[in-house]
Amino acid sequence: MRKTLRASLLGLALVLGATASAHAIGPDEVMDDPALESRARALSKGLRCVVCQSENIDESNVDLARDMRLRIRELLKDGKSDADIRSFMVQRYGDFVLMEPPVKPSTYALWAAPGVLLVVGIWALVRTLRARSASAAPGSDPTAPAPLSPEEQERLRALLDETPQENR
Amino acid sequence: MSTSTRTLLFRVLPLVALGLLLGLFYIGLDRDPRNLPSTLIDVPLPDFALEPIPDRGNALTRDALLGEVSLLNVFGSWCVSCRAEHEELVRLRSEEGIAIHGVDWNEKDPRDGADWLRRNGDPYVLAGQDPDSRLAIDLGVTGAPETYLIDPCGVVRYKHSGPLTKEVWDDILAPAVKTLKDAPCTARVPAQEDVP
Repeated sequence: MRKTLRASLLGLALVLGATASAHAIGPDEVMDDPALESRARALSKGLRCVVCQSENIDESNVDLARDMRLRIRELLKDGKSDADIRSFMVQRYGDFVLMEPPVKPSTYALWAAPGVLLVVGIWALVRTLRARSASAAPGSDPTAPAPLSPEEQERLRALLDETPQENR
Repeated sequence: MSTSTRTLLFRVLPLVALGLLLGLFYIGLDRDPRNLPSTLIDVPLPDFALEPIPDRGNALTRDALLGEVSLLNVFGSWCVSCRAEHEELVRLRSEEGIAIHGVDWNEKDPRDGADWLRRNGDPYVLAGQDPDSRLAIDLGVTGAPETYLIDPCGVVRYKHSGPLTKEVWDDILAPAVKTLKDAPCTARVPAQEDVP
């Protein structure tokens, strides 16, 4: 019992340690007001690091990401809303800076694609399954060869009755 | 639809899908994901005033750029590609007579940029420091070097990401500079409501 407890505590510590080290934010960046700080963190998670591109600026260690985080905090101190700050970054870097692309005419295809593919996939699956169960019934398989004609049956019987030659 | 055409369709469809996908990948080969479209094209420069690089005279301000066609070049002593384009910038200043201003971006020490210019030659009319990316973020800079073509009214006309080579100058910037010099720029400044 005690051993299990110790093992699970160790596991927990490892997991927490791993997540803690994933943050790039330095202690000097943290704001005094916890409410503003949590808004800053949430905003940073939604903004792309334009240098590394697949990371958000909350996780990135790049200098520019740090400067963007500090700029966000500065804007928060000035009383700007979350939407203001997001559009501040979009004005400078375009929609690309948002981790989640906005829904608008140029991104309709992007947003619709997963749903459309899912529907097409289900449709194809249903069709295949139906075709398979239909072919399980005898005589209904369209790809099955036609039954032998009487002449063919006769020839087959003759071939089977032939005494095989002895191997030398 | 008869059975044979349906079977044919099911055989051909995956090939068509594969072909489309390969085409997409092929197009993707030539596209640089780092080359983001600038949101600043045909938009007036944001207001800024940068401290000069040490021993480097006047501050780099928005107003100081007005009145002539100029290039605004974002560089850093830490940036290898900046070293690669530097000789071309020095040549442009002496041979083409275009005003080039430097934004020394993200230096650990303000002297680093000054030392770097002393070693490699100094192509800049004005050179300012941007240690905390204040101007860089306002310009939408994603990396150094980046070069902005500014018209006499302070409107951004073109952005080049990456080293400025002689080909870039000859093919893109020189013709653009010529058009901007010949036409009065006041007519092309976007209306105020277009400015973010």
